[in-house]
Amino acid sequence: MITGDAQHLASSYDTVVVGAGPAGLAAALGARETGAERVLVVDREREAGGILLQCIHSGFGLHYFAEEITGPEYAERALEQVLEHEVDVLTDAFVMDIDSGAGSSSRLALMSPSLGITTVHTETAVLAMGARERTRGALALPGARPAGIFTAGLAQKMVNLHGYLPGRRAVILGSGDIGLIMARRLTLEGVEVAGVFELMPYAGGLGRNVVQCLDDFDIPLHLSTTVVDIAGRDRVERVTVAPVDAHLVPQRDRAWTIPCDTLLLSVGLIPENELSRTLGVRLDPLTGGPVVTSQMETSLPGIFAGGNVVHINDLADWVSEESLIAGRSAGRRVAGTRLPDDNIRIVPGDNVASVVPHSISSERAHTLYFRVREPIREDAVIRLGSLHQRKVRALVPAEMASIKAAPRFLEDFHGDVLRVDAVPASRAAAS
Amino acid sequence: MSAVGTATYLCTSCPLGCRLEVDAADGDIVEIRGFECKRGERYAKQEHLDPRRQVSTTVRVTGGILPRLPVRVSEPVARDSVRAIVDALRTVRVVAPVRCGAVLVADVLGTGADVIAARSMRRAPRA
Ligand SMILES: Cc1cc2nc3c(=O)[nH]c(=O)nc-3n(C[C@H](O)[C@H](O)[C@H](O)COP(=O)(O)OP(=O)(O)OC[C@H]3O[C@@H](n4cnc5c(N)ncnc54)[C@H](O)[C@@H]3O)c2cc1C
Ligand code: SF4
Repeated sequence: MITGDAQHLASSYDTVVVGAGPAGLAAALGARETGAERVLVVDREREAGGILLQCIHSGFGLHYFAEEITGPEYAERALEQVLEHEVDVLTDAFVMDIDSGAGSSSRLALMSPSLGITTVHTETAVLAMGARERTRGALALPGARPAGIFTAGLAQKMVNLHGYLPGRRAVILGSGDIGLIMARRLTLEGVEVAGVFELMPYAGGLGRNVVQCLDDFDIPLHLSTTVVDIAGRDRVERVTVAPVDAHLVPQRDRAWTIPCDTLLLSVGLIPENELSRTLGVRLDPLTGGPVVTSQMETSLPGIFAGGNVVHINDLADWVSEESLIAGRSAGRRVAGTRLPDDNIRIVPGDNVASVVPHSISSERAHTLYFRVREPIREDAVIRLGSLHQRKVRALVPAEMASIKAAPRFLEDFHGDVLRVDAVPASRAAAS
Repeated sequence: MSAVGTATYLCTSCPLGCRLEVDAADGDIVEIRGFECKRGERYAKQEHLDPRRQVSTTVRVTGGILPRLPVRVSEPVARDSVRAIVDALRTVRVVAPVRCGAVLVADVLGTGADVIAARSMRRAPRA
């Protein structure tokens, strides 16, 4: 392994992976498997592992490592696999720019304390930059701008990696999994959590986290409620919350005020695509990430992508699996054994917010990952056009769902677009 | 406390989230309602009689590349012992290097579970 003081860094690689979270590590492994010999993974953090390093709770690895482990353990195993396969891992290095200029190779500009600015050439690249948290700016929260407002992930990093507590009494806006997990974590560290407030009429995170992170500790969850004001001079002193009506408009006459010194925002993640944009890959406005083929190739040949940079995942295991594909495809391109192109476009249909990948081949088996718009809390049907359907017990936006596409039911299909629908079984029967 | 009562649980075994009701008398389960499948029934029984949880927290580590080491219990413990375990670990200090999976506290608070390191921690290079 090479670290910040990268004496062994080569000037050209078969595959360079940007980001060393579960996506980047799996992609590097995949590329080695299929023929890339010189593979480099670059991360701007001091250590490889990505967001997993701060997710100290268990709930990872059940599918990919066949064992339930914590985030840091998952990261360590994934890194070991990569190092066993003689991949170069360069940490403390920021990828500033990629350009896939002329011919078949790309150029990456890296910046690191020990190397300064360096250029690396590569035949293929995998984008695995993960996601960043929505912040207050993206939300346009009203009120003063005192200290004490953190995204939940930043607070998680402070507490779990550095042992700093963000404050003494916290309010959490948003019931995504990070917010729920942090409600428990802060409570266990002696911070009083006054409540979790969720704009929507249902929790953003998993039911398991509502039970184990809130109910177990008597932390109240207020649905259909939001923060309408933040007050405090230098530091947050109180926030005002109010229930919202059916159109999500706050009912100010029913507002109440909560004294606290900390406000955590857990209001979602956005794929980190600054680099993808400068590179010029096509982005999907629905996922916020690159449009990808079934081989996880972007609109630019030789540039692949996987993980949260493509679409927000709730399971690291799925990130790894999808990114293995991205890496294998990069390796195949290097080895000259590319698979034939896709011939069917995939589009989101009824109650489906987005689907990845954006195209498939009728010759191969695929897994399509998607999220529903509205929860279905009864028997539901997932349909792939009129070719194939699968029944499930329920579908909620908090959990990514999937459906398989296989040559067996694709071979008689002669169109070029397939829709993925997710509807209540009762409605599916009627239509 | 009355000997007969109904407790409700939210089934977390799948996204349907059934509301489960457990009637109990003198600590024995009399009836379970509200489940849509066997998994829910099993979950209600377990949650009612012996709820178990995973526990993760951090402990102080000296000489490492970070000031905190994530740790977890080797197997789920009784829900009511979660807080006590986390509190007990507040006074634990370890010294880098640490190997992932190393047992830091055996049989923590008599629960039968060990507290293990949830990552390896290298020694910090000397400044
Ligand atoms: C609080 C929380 C709880 C979760 N709970 C679970 C759970 O219980 N079970 C589960 O399976 N999953 C869980 N997840 C989801 C899982 O952690 C993520 O889906 C997964 O880590 C995403 O992997 P990634 O590699 O795409 O992104 P990341 O892990 O974010 O990695 C991206 C990496 O890219 C690097 N990077 C970005 N831009 C650059 C650049 N320009 N130059 C160099 N490096 C760059 C970043 O530093 C980072 O290390 C949870 C996530 C969170 C936040
Ligand atoms: S009882 Fe069965 S169907 Fe209902 S939530 Fe539990 S696992 Fe799902």
